Amino acid sequence: MSEVKDLKPREDRLVKPPLYGLMASFDNPTDVVAAAREAYDAGYRKINGYSPYPIEELSEAIGFHRTRLPIIVLIGGIVGGLSGYLMQYWVAAVNYPINVGGKPLHSWPAFMPITFEMTVLFAAFAAVFGMLALNGLPMPYHPVFNAPSFDLASRDHFFLVIEAKDPKFDYEETLRFMNTLNANEVVDVEV
Amino acid sequence: MSTAVEKTFAAPPEVARLQRPALIVGAVFLLLLVAGIFLPHGTGQNQVPGITQFFRSYLLGFVFWTGVSVGCLGLLMLQHNIRGAWGMVIRRVLEAGTRTLPLMLVLFLPLAIFGLPHIYEWVNPQGFHATERSIEIINSKRGYLNVPFFLIRSFIYFALWIGLMYVLNLWSREQDRTSEHGLIKKMQRVSGPGLGIFILSVTFASIDWVMSLEPEWFSTIFGLLFVAGWNLSAFSFVIVVMFWLSERRPMNEVLLPRHFHDLGKLLLAFVMLWAYFAFSQYLIIWAGNLPEEIKWYLYRTRGGWGWVGILLPILHFAIPFLMLLSRDLKRNASKLAAVALAILVMRFIDLVWIIVPEFHKGAFAMSWMDVVSPVAIGGLWLAYFAWQLQQRPLVPTGDSRLAEAMEEHGGH
Repeated sequence: MSEVKDLKPREDRLVKPPLYGLMASFDNPTDVVAAAREAYDAGYRKINGYSPYPIEELSEAIGFHRTRLPIIVLIGGIVGGLSGYLMQYWVAAVNYPINVGGKPLHSWPAFMPITFEMTVLFAAFAAVFGMLALNGLPMPYHPVFNAPSFDLASRDHFFLVIEAKDPKFDYEETLRFMNTLNANEVVDVEV
Repeated sequence: MSTAVEKTFAAPPEVARLQRPALIVGAVFLLLLVAGIFLPHGTGQNQVPGITQFFRSYLLGFVFWTGVSVGCLGLLMLQHNIRGAWGMVIRRVLEAGTRTLPLMLVLFLPLAIFGLPHIYEWVNPQGFHATERSIEIINSKRGYLNVPFFLIRSFIYFALWIGLMYVLNLWSREQDRTSEHGLIKKMQRVSGPGLGIFILSVTFASIDWVMSLEPEWFSTIFGLLFVAGWNLSAFSFVIVVMFWLSERRPMNEVLLPRHFHDLGKLLLAFVMLWAYFAFSQYLIIWAGNLPEEIKWYLYRTRGGWGWVGILLPILHFAIPFLMLLSRDLKRNASKLAAVALAILVMRFIDLVWIIVPEFHKGAFAMSWMDVVSPVAIGGLWLAYFAWQLQQRPLVPTGDSRLAEAMEEHGGH
């Protein structure tokens, strides 16, 4: 009969499951962007927005664009360019010097196309793998799907989650804060 | 569209106030340029009559500003094809830019009527003390390089550009009045082949007006270098204008950081495209190292011009490239406009580096008139542009896609 017990309201449970965060749902993009801005301004940083389509302002509001990906790509590009150039320099001027058309062994114009291509290649690799490393994909399980109405995120609803691991997170206070955000409802998200 | 909406998006009064000072600067500098005809230029062996120096400098200013006008036409057709939101907000500036083409046609006439024997060796080989070998080469190219054919071709370019400018501006005007949806398709249908015409006509124009300064030299990528360069000039100019407008009503309520972000991304693409073409030409000619080709670079990579040749990849490519990588810079209208203005200046220096060494056989020399001429023509050009910009609302009010382009959450 233990299953029946589990169906009782959460407040009566003896052991509460650990909390992933609090989720507010909205039925229009303007409200979710405004809510995200307020949450960010209130000092929350572990926040995430979910919507049926990309909303640039939402990414902006939660500070998503402040990721380390651009610097990873830049480093990838620089490493690629340098290794491309140095490889050619080493081959053409050090390891196997051949006089081509009377030009200097270290002829930089001739090295440029490969240097450029290596820059692009390494920057692209850094972008793909850096992105995967930072966002943790592929991700077979994510707690937000425990929220009962979250499937609407791929239809016509917009969600904002403040994660419990945010240093400013305090269940009572954060719940009170999220109830001021003009949301349709605010629910717990279990891990 | 109602006149109320047209009024809402009317150009700010500052545009009208810009007209007179621009015209005065243009006129004063034009007088200076004309006065230069009566002064001697250069020293010793390099001394040339004032009229020769006048047309050398005039060509520089003429090609630079024609590039902005024609570049606007190319960008206008590009945005009709792509239909991006960024194109919607800059379209009226582009259209006003294209409507300066009749002015450039008028400014071409002095060059066409009086100027050719003073600057083109192939018109007047004896006057240029051409060697026998040069005369032989010029004679073998007579079928193409002769004055009547040169003039016919030049007027064909202007006819094509002004024709495209005319229909696109006419339909855009009609769209304001009727909001007819079919006009979007109509403009797009002209702009597709129009871009092909644009690339071919700019290629031939650059060959005729600039490459033929050295009739023995040829480069197959030269035309594309001007296609990219003129688009870059025009786009930099448009970004500066958009920033200026974004500080004033009504455009301060229309333009958002994301619009400038999109413009910045395209500016980065054009900077890279120019560098790609410029380096491709250098790499191929440097690798081939053939006497008839390499001469062009020997003039430009040694002595004083060599320093300019080093500055170009740094200031025209590397620094703008690195700065434009930054997302914050692209979303900041004033910083983006500062970069665009610097690129516009570098566009002129690039043109100087391409044209001027030819006149001095590689010697590092410039006349004060080379700087006066672009200001003279630029002043007239800006006055004409400001006048044209006031003629229509600053956004295409009859275009059904405008609302989406202006929305806060709109697309690109």
